[in-house]
Amino acid sequence: MDSNVQKVTAQPSCFWNDTGKSGLTSWIFSTDHKRIGLLYFYATFGFFLTGVLLGLLLRVELMAPGRTIVGPQTYNALFTVHGVVMIFLFIIPGIPGAFGNMVMPIQVGARDVSFPRLNLLSWWLYITGAIIILTSLFSGGGAPDTGWTFYVPFSSRTGTNVSLAVFGVFIVGFSSILTGVNFVTTIHRLRAEGMTWGRLPLFTWSLYATAWVQILATPILAITLVLIMTERLLGAGLFDPARGGDPIMYQHLFWIYSHPAVYIMILPAMGIVSDIIPVFSRKPIFGYKMIAFSSIAIAAAGSLVWGHHMFTSGMSDTAVMVFSFLTFVVAIPSAIKVFNWVSTLYRGSISLEAPMLFALSFILLFSIGGLSGLILGSAATDVHVHDTHFVVGHFHYVMFGGTGFAIFAAMHYWLPKFYGRRYAEKPAVVAWALMFTGFNVLYFTMQVLGMKGMPRRYYDYLPEFATLNLVATVGSWILAAGLVIMLVNLFRGLWWGAPFEGNPWGGATLEWSIPTPPPTENFVEEPTVTHGPYDFTGIGR
Amino acid sequence: MNEHHHIISYKKLTAIWLALLALTALTVAITRVELGGYKVLGALVIACAKAGLVIAVFMHMKYEGRLLRWLLFLALLTLAIFIGLTFFDVLYR
Repeated sequence: MDSNVQKVTAQPSCFWNDTGKSGLTSWIFSTDHKRIGLLYFYATFGFFLTGVLLGLLLRVELMAPGRTIVGPQTYNALFTVHGVVMIFLFIIPGIPGAFGNMVMPIQVGARDVSFPRLNLLSWWLYITGAIIILTSLFSGGGAPDTGWTFYVPFSSRTGTNVSLAVFGVFIVGFSSILTGVNFVTTIHRLRAEGMTWGRLPLFTWSLYATAWVQILATPILAITLVLIMTERLLGAGLFDPARGGDPIMYQHLFWIYSHPAVYIMILPAMGIVSDIIPVFSRKPIFGYKMIAFSSIAIAAAGSLVWGHHMFTSGMSDTAVMVFSFLTFVVAIPSAIKVFNWVSTLYRGSISLEAPMLFALSFILLFSIGGLSGLILGSAATDVHVHDTHFVVGHFHYVMFGGTGFAIFAAMHYWLPKFYGRRYAEKPAVVAWALMFTGFNVLYFTMQVLGMKGMPRRYYDYLPEFATLNLVATVGSWILAAGLVIMLVNLFRGLWWGAPFEGNPWGGATLEWSIPTPPPTENFVEEPTVTHGPYDFTGIGR
Repeated sequence: MNEHHHIISYKKLTAIWLALLALTALTVAITRVELGGYKVLGALVIACAKAGLVIAVFMHMKYEGRLLRWLLFLALLTLAIFIGLTFFDVLYR
């Protein structure tokens, strides 16, 4: 045991010690993609925990009718900041910034991304934007209370500090664009010899599709946010009907980015699941080409469905029908992925370890979230459940049950590779079971509440919703308990756990062919790729 | 890749500049003509022509390879679809 308790950094030449710099500067000014990936990981995950805390407070407030712990204004600020932090500071930069940076260059056989300095700038822009957003909470008129969507006319009139928060999001957007540019270039130009497009791991494929959405859609968010600022600071009247403006135009502009942004969040998560499932089934992935193609199809079709957020906003009925139709089109490539994952499992030699358990939960929870999305995508049913807790339940199933669980899977699957130490399996499984249970108790109850007519974003509710709200709040505690166990176990393992050497999972992608932890320039010699990413011939566990 | 730098003559650059000025004048001029619903369309067509000239000549896209042109086309197409679908709502409201 004692021999295990050795600092990882004491190991021979790897990216932890072989940099020529020391201390904090060796991290915050590093251009090594693995270090930047870890910087992103800890920053985004820190914000995730902040968001979790705010979410738990929201649930405590909603535990019983009437005032429980905070007043209505604080409640409005809580759900706004919970949304802004979770969306813009955690889930959008989360996978590309953290695991994309850490793993993708190795998966394509490169020494780093195409533009390592731009990569560092991207992280710094992210941090700068995050600091501005945090400053907005404690300065000016106080934390924004508009909801994360910043809808006009309220966002152009409220006295809270919307302008500064919006400016912070604007800066974070640039970080996202730079990461996209870097990834597209890296995947096009830096693939190792023999790494054809047909041999790219599906995680890399998903990052490629995501990068295009980041490049093409994010500028529209930037413009929209600038328009809010001109509205607030100059009184331009762009969205004010009394002065010839159009408030629905704001919703169009906002969702032109923010719907594709949903795919920035979910596509790389699907990539993680596509990489993990074959490894833990000891079987090549079923329908490689269709999964890769469906990532591109989701990115393309998903950019044309933003209007489904606006069915009750006063948009024209013709547009409602068109957007409803397009929404159903996106269900096709999403279902292709789900069916292919399930087909991969069929007759596989499945081992249920923590990464696999999280990946399998992704399939179930994402499917529930996706199917409830179709209820919202049909204009007729959407009118009834629009702006209710059903919507809140739906997107948490997709974003948390989907992307969140995929991130947990990636943490258990890839972090040991970078630390050279592993977590204990049993507590990880217990944590997973608690989180899975708590998650469903919390969000399924929310969906039921929504069906019964409980509106979202309301501070108070009718007594008939009291029992289910209490159940949901208890669910949030179970979920949080699981999260705590998972984190303690994982990080204790990464710092002091048993060594993680060689290729314990038996992965066939390039990151499993290099030493653990990876050397500074990833490959001791230039790799030549001779087999596909899920060809397990000759790879034992 | 191609390190060849294309040099555009002052004569040509001036001609493009004058064309841009003329198009600007035209934008102002058509606001005085009664075009009804086509007014916005007219302004957008002229604006697109001007942007096209700037991209092709001043930004050298005319002399670039196929990949860059294709990427630019993809970005413009995306933008056109976004604007098109948005106007589609306004048109039928």
